[in-house]
Amino acid sequence: MTMQPLRRTTFGLLGAVAITALGALPAAAQAPAAGGASILDAIKARGTLVCGVNTGLAGFAQPDSQGVWRGFDVEYCRAISAAIFGDPNKVRYVPTTAQSRFTALQSGEVDVLARNTTWTLSRDTSLGLDFGGVNFYDGQGFMVKTSTGVKTAKELNGATICVQPGTTTEQNLTDWARANNVQFTPVVIERLEELVSAYASGRCDAYTTDVSGLAATRSSQPNPAEHTILPDVISKEPLGPLLRHGDQRFADLVRWVHYALVAAEEFGITQANVAQMAANDTRPEVQRMLGKNGGLGQMLGVPNEWAVNVIRATGNYGEIFARHLQPIGIQRGPNALWTTPGGQQYAMPFR
Amino acid sequence: MSQTATDPRHLRTPPKRQIRLTWADERVRAIVWQVLIVGAVIGVIWWLVRNTQHNLEVRRIATGFGFLNREAGLPIGEHLIEYTPASTYLRALTVGVLNTLKVAVVGIVLATTLGTVIGIARLSKNWLLSKIAAVYVELIRDVPLLLQLLFWYTILQGLPGPRQALNPVAGVFLSNRGLKLPFLDWQVAHSWALLAFVAGCFATWLYAKAMRRKQMQDGRPRPIWPAALGLLVGLPLVVWSLGGAPTAIDWPELRGFNFRGGMTISPEYFALLIGLTTYTAGFIAEIVRAGILAVPHGQWEAAQALGLRSSTVLRQIVLPQALRVIVPPMTSQYLNLTKNSSLAVAIGYQDIVSIANTTLNQTGQAIEGIAIIMAVYLTISLSISFFMNWYNSRIALVER
Amino acid sequence: MSDIPLNTSVAGVPEAAPRQPPALTTGPIAWFRANLFSSWLNTAVTLVLAYFIVRYAISFVDWAFINAIWSVDNNQTQACRALKNSATPGACWAVITEKHRFILFGTYPYEEHWRPALVCLLFTALYVVSAMRRFWRWELAVVWAVTLTAIGILMWGGVFGLSYVPQERWGGLPITLILATFGLAFAFPLAILVALGRRSSMPAIRVLCIAYVELIRGVPLISLLFMASVMFPLFLPEGLNIDKLLRAQVAVILFAGAYLAEVVRGGLQALPKGQYEAAEALGLSYWQKTGFIILPQALRLVIPPLVNTFIGFFKDTSLVLIIGIFDLLTAGKTAIVEPAWQGFGVEVYIAISVIYFIYCFAMSRYSQNLEAELNRHRNR
Repeated sequence: MTMQPLRRTTFGLLGAVAITALGALPAAAQAPAAGGASILDAIKARGTLVCGVNTGLAGFAQPDSQGVWRGFDVEYCRAISAAIFGDPNKVRYVPTTAQSRFTALQSGEVDVLARNTTWTLSRDTSLGLDFGGVNFYDGQGFMVKTSTGVKTAKELNGATICVQPGTTTEQNLTDWARANNVQFTPVVIERLEELVSAYASGRCDAYTTDVSGLAATRSSQPNPAEHTILPDVISKEPLGPLLRHGDQRFADLVRWVHYALVAAEEFGITQANVAQMAANDTRPEVQRMLGKNGGLGQMLGVPNEWAVNVIRATGNYGEIFARHLQPIGIQRGPNALWTTPGGQQYAMPFR
Repeated sequence: MSQTATDPRHLRTPPKRQIRLTWADERVRAIVWQVLIVGAVIGVIWWLVRNTQHNLEVRRIATGFGFLNREAGLPIGEHLIEYTPASTYLRALTVGVLNTLKVAVVGIVLATTLGTVIGIARLSKNWLLSKIAAVYVELIRDVPLLLQLLFWYTILQGLPGPRQALNPVAGVFLSNRGLKLPFLDWQVAHSWALLAFVAGCFATWLYAKAMRRKQMQDGRPRPIWPAALGLLVGLPLVVWSLGGAPTAIDWPELRGFNFRGGMTISPEYFALLIGLTTYTAGFIAEIVRAGILAVPHGQWEAAQALGLRSSTVLRQIVLPQALRVIVPPMTSQYLNLTKNSSLAVAIGYQDIVSIANTTLNQTGQAIEGIAIIMAVYLTISLSISFFMNWYNSRIALVER
Repeated sequence: MSDIPLNTSVAGVPEAAPRQPPALTTGPIAWFRANLFSSWLNTAVTLVLAYFIVRYAISFVDWAFINAIWSVDNNQTQACRALKNSATPGACWAVITEKHRFILFGTYPYEEHWRPALVCLLFTALYVVSAMRRFWRWELAVVWAVTLTAIGILMWGGVFGLSYVPQERWGGLPITLILATFGLAFAFPLAILVALGRRSSMPAIRVLCIAYVELIRGVPLISLLFMASVMFPLFLPEGLNIDKLLRAQVAVILFAGAYLAEVVRGGLQALPKGQYEAAEALGLSYWQKTGFIILPQALRLVIPPLVNTFIGFFKDTSLVLIIGIFDLLTAGKTAIVEPAWQGFGVEVYIAISVIYFIYCFAMSRYSQNLEAELNRHRNR
């Protein structure tokens, strides 16, 4: 007697599953089109830019309490979107981990990776990727507790050092240790927040990563004065947006969006005065950049007022820096304009 | 394979018939179906392989296992064998496998012990004890293991630093650098003594077997413990004395940043071990409880009526029957524990997954990296399965 | 039993008058004596346990409730940090107050949070309805189809005036529920086919099924997730790519399929041979036999282990943390990245544990009751 309802149940469940399967097929088909000839055309056709970001790194890319992505890298995504569409919000953010970032870019899952990636020869060539300029000059350093009294990195012999695995940081550390005959015990943790809490709790004597990251970590500690960033910088870490080979036009655009942001700071164009500058400024290069003449936008394959849109959306390079990185304790340093001593941010001419 | 033997369709021997090439012939249908399905599977695999080859070529990703002999350059905190960043990837991966085994083996032993204790506690007549055990089992089983690991690791990080280390017993230090224990200054004599102990275990086992055989013949039980004591304690002691009886002990002491000397149990290993042990113990407790409950009460009563001592009843009557119920699910718990040890990657214990992961990140050779992880776990899993199946068949009920 | 009157008089209980001989085999006092103080060993165990429980319960209540801070203004967490390092430490629940919507719904547009909230409710209602035996009818399939469609519409939007929300912005609890539910829904039919294949008389199919099941069960879920995250894109032809959540979902389905197949196979094996033979004697074809006779009985046998396996997947979905998908656990961990909130991991972990616990505990209770109910005919 119990067989009848049970049999029906079984088939009911199977039926439900089959219907669900059919229903989910469109989901699979939603995959963004990638590869092909022109990435830029694909982005335009799709109507959104897909931007790979960090899964959560204070100051660079991190969702706030309302779930909105914010940070230095995120502003670059917004800027590119503004250049293409005139609207900074046509961006989909895909959080990527250290392992999945290159695969995501190579396979076309994301259009551009704005995710503190170091420009190295092997990444530029053998991974089939391209760097769209350097938007942040960094270098690897060490942070220790002030109470340890350590003054230079070479005194770290015998120390326990916290480091993120699978990054250039880890390799730089071992290279440096071998070159300087320093013995150390590594603590390697993939998730950044876990690693920082390991350092903060005293699990490690020193924490090594890019100096910007150290500064950010230091400023977020309850008492920053308890931590010292050592003067030694053991590597060069030029960070920039990353693209895949295949569409030089899109690579050009990303590169020039960065130059526009830097040049805007140089020319004194800000989020507030960009409209007025576009209308009234008489300097020829500014006029060309802001699309009043010269048709530079057309050459890039975007509207001529692209730079105005970018600056209106995000402000110039200095404003972005001040908004996201200075609050967490990162100074301009090498990322100051080339016109200030020690600064390296330099925009190519808009001509 | 055993299930196919019991399948009713195999019990009939089909009459010999000539195969007729029609759809109505069951065997023709079977062959067509198999050819179709196997063909489809091969087709899909071929398609995937071709795509992969093309993609690898386009993206200029190197293939092959040549990278294993290259210098790894990755630092590893805990290694059972000699390792420096100048060692090869092969050696780094071997260290990873050993680290996985280290946590899995110790975890299995501890989880079995803790799980058995809790399982018995759940059956205790003491209401408070059995309720606490029940609450423990529910709490542990209903929260993801990853979350528990992160929780334990956070707790361990809350311990004081090396300079303010807790020092409950002389020579033992507990700090956020882990647990430091004094350890023998390892000499050759110690290795020989260890070897003698292993030999002693084997000899004891043979001796017990021989005595059991004699008991079967004349019915008189013979004590095993005097010989066992001699073989297990005396023999290693003698070997150790012959080796010069070294007694030097390596005491941990604070020097520079860290403790030097002694034996270290790192917080990462400790957190992983606690997490795996407590989590798996929750499941093992239920298995043990079910196993003990599965032995009918009449067995206890009958054995007691025969005048057997209660320890004998437990050992000779109840346990063998309970084990039959316990061993198969226990096997899958051991397998789970081993596989779950891969979560080490989240809290920074460098097991095989963590090291293979870093390797694939540095070399860009994802396929090889993941293949290595899978091969290692398959080997471990199959070994555990084989061992437990052998054990299970030994204790299984011999029917008719 | 001779010491019973003695003890009760010591306890000064008036009912234990000498005139009531078989005193107290029921009632609270007798219960206490039988269950907590039956021997000196038992008494010792009880007292030690009671001491520890009281001690830790008090310090936990102090930490979690009495000293706790429930909210702060404007990310000003100094008070929380001071409390953490003080002599009377307390929890900083302010982190939950501030971040609860992010933890639950991730980066979903803030003003649209009612949609994922409704989705979570729908999922929960779906579980509850499916759990009730009186709804075990074919109409349930329609309910599932309608609910899952509604969930899809709510999450994606783009119709009925709902704004379109791309999948990358989903996060938190809905992701956990989606991974677990869809994982089961798709793995189940796969598992049935594989379980049947493993018992098939066709050797090639049997070998394929065994290889699949043993391969998947021999490796950890993490390796499958890594495969989905870094290897899978290499398998597909250029230009085609599938988003990350779907790839993880496929990995979960393949994983769940192998485990469920073993559960189903257990049910198939537990059926008496007579059922197979009787079905064949009636002249039913293989699919008729399987569909009408074998599966309905076998599946009924395996419902409790099925629920237990589902609990396992529900917990295992938290592993997508490692490949960076914003499920409940990842969202919780990302919530404490913000400098102001770093260091309040314990509070966040406890809050997330409570959510997982509620779901898993309810399911495990249900599976226990169901098992008892289905086995009732055996307890004569």
